[in-house]
Amino acid sequence: MSRLTGSTVLRGVAGVTGLLVVLEAAGRTGLLDTTYLPLASTVLARAGELAVDPEFLADAGASVEAWFWALALTVALAVPAGLLLGVARPAEVAVRPLVEFLRPIPSVALIPLAILLFQDQMHMRMSVAVYAATWPVLINTIYGVRDVDPLAKETLRSFGFGPAAVVLRVVLPSAAPFIALGVRLAASVAIILVVTAEVVAGGTGGVGVFINRAGSGNRVDQMMAATAWVGLFGIAVNALLVGAEKRLFRWHHTRTAGVS
Amino acid sequence: MLELVDLSHSYGSYRAIDKVNLTVAQGEVVCVVGPSGCGKSTLLRSIAGLIKPTGGRVLLDGRPVRSTPDNLAVVFQDYSRSLYPWLSALANVSLPLRRKGLDRRAREDAAMAALTEVGLAAAAGKYPWEMSGGMQQRVSIARALAYRPSLLLMDEPFGSVDAQTREELEDLVLRVCAHHGMTILLITHDVDESVYVGDRVVVLSKAPGHVVGDLPVDLPGPRDQIRTRELDAFVRLRAEVGRMVRGRHNNHELETM
Repeated sequence: MSRLTGSTVLRGVAGVTGLLVVLEAAGRTGLLDTTYLPLASTVLARAGELAVDPEFLADAGASVEAWFWALALTVALAVPAGLLLGVARPAEVAVRPLVEFLRPIPSVALIPLAILLFQDQMHMRMSVAVYAATWPVLINTIYGVRDVDPLAKETLRSFGFGPAAVVLRVVLPSAAPFIALGVRLAASVAIILVVTAEVVAGGTGGVGVFINRAGSGNRVDQMMAATAWVGLFGIAVNALLVGAEKRLFRWHHTRTAGVS
Repeated sequence: MLELVDLSHSYGSYRAIDKVNLTVAQGEVVCVVGPSGCGKSTLLRSIAGLIKPTGGRVLLDGRPVRSTPDNLAVVFQDYSRSLYPWLSALANVSLPLRRKGLDRRAREDAAMAALTEVGLAAAAGKYPWEMSGGMQQRVSIARALAYRPSLLLMDEPFGSVDAQTREELEDLVLRVCAHHGMTILLITHDVDESVYVGDRVVVLSKAPGHVVGDLPVDLPGPRDQIRTRELDAFVRLRAEVGRMVRGRHNNHELETM
C-alpha cells in the first residue's frame, strides 16, 4: 500500500479531472451522442441534485442499510469461523474442499435461489452480499491466525495462560491486521452485491431500483449520477478503513515495512 | 524443587537430549552450559511444560509436570518475537500479571517497578519496535521478574546487550531473585557468565545432550563483577568448565595439528 501524500492525492484528482474533460469534449464536439451518453457536466449536475433529492436519499439509505448489516453479519460469522479453522488444523482440512467448492460460485447466480428462500427483499439482498463477502474475511482470518508466531503463543502459555486466553490475547490481536484487510475487501464486495441484487431482483427501495427506474424512463443522466454515487461511497468506505488500519495497526505496518 | 529424571526428547529420529538427570534445590541458581545444538532449548521447553518430552520425567516440588506449571516464568532467547508488538513495554510486562488476579492499577504499579529495576522507567510507554534489541531484552527480563515466579527459566537472557549492561543485568537478576527467594535455571553458552552467576554449573554434551559435569561454584557471595572475577577459585573453575564444554574440540584440534 503506497502512502497517501499530498502529491498522490493531487495526481489522482488530476487523472479524474482529465477523464471528465475528455468526456465533456467528446460530447460537445459530437464524437459521442449525448442522448446515449450525457455530458460529464450534466451527470455531475444531476449527481449534485440527487444529493438533496429525498427520493434518491431514501433509496440510498435502504442500500446502505442492507450493506451495513450484511457486512456486520459477515464479520460476526466469518471471523469466529476463521479463528476456529485457523486454530484447529483438522477442522480446516475437513472444511477446505467445501470452501473451495463454494467460493468460486458467483453470488449473482444465487440471486434466484435467494429470492425463493427469503420473503423479505432486504434479507434477500443481504444474504447474497454476505455469501460473497464471507470469503475474503474467512480466508484472511485463517491465514492471519496461522501466521501467528508460535513463540508469541508459547510465551503466554509459559506464564500459565490457557488456550482461550492465548486466542484472545495473542492470536486475535496478532491476526487483527489480516482480518481488517479481509473486512475492507468484503466491504467493497458487499456494496457490489447489494446493488446487483437490487438491479436484478428489483423490489422497492435501493439504489439499484432507482437505477432501473431511471433506465426505464430513459434518464441516462440519472442512471449515471446514481452509479457515480455508488462509486464514491465505495471510495469513501475504503479510505475510512485504510485510515483506521493505519492508526490501529501501526505496529504491524512498521514491522512489515522494515522501518521504525 | 526441580528434578529431572532421565529426561529425553527426540524430534522424529533426531535425539535432542538424552537421559538428562538434574536436581535443583529451592533458591538455587543453576547455570546450564553446553556447545550450540546441545538441546538446551529443548530442555527448557520440557521443564516449562511447553513440549511433552518423549522420555523421562520432570518433577516440580515432587509432582510431575504435565502442563505449564504455575509460578514459572520463562525468558526466551528470541526476545523480539516473545514481546507483543501491539502492546507498550508497560502493557507487555503487566499482561502476565493478570494470572495473579491483580487489578489494573496493581498490575501497572508492579510492571512499572520491574521496568524501573531494569532501567527502563522512561521507556514504559514505548512499543517494542521502537526499542533497540538490548532494550527489548530488558523488557522481557522485567516481565519475568515482575511475575515473581518461584522458578525462573532463562534462555541466553543476556545475549544481545553490551558488556556493561550485561554485567548490570546479571547482578540485577541475582539481587532480585535472592531477595524474593526465586530459583533460577539459566541456560547460556558463556562459560564466564555461568561461573559468575551460578551456584552450580551443569555442563551438557553435544547433541544428544546429557550431563557431563555438575560443578558446585564455591565463591563468596554476593558476587562482584571485578573482585569475584579476579579470585583464583573463579579463574580455576572457569577453566575447568571451559575444558568440559570444549573438551572434544580441543582433542580434535590436537589430533589435526
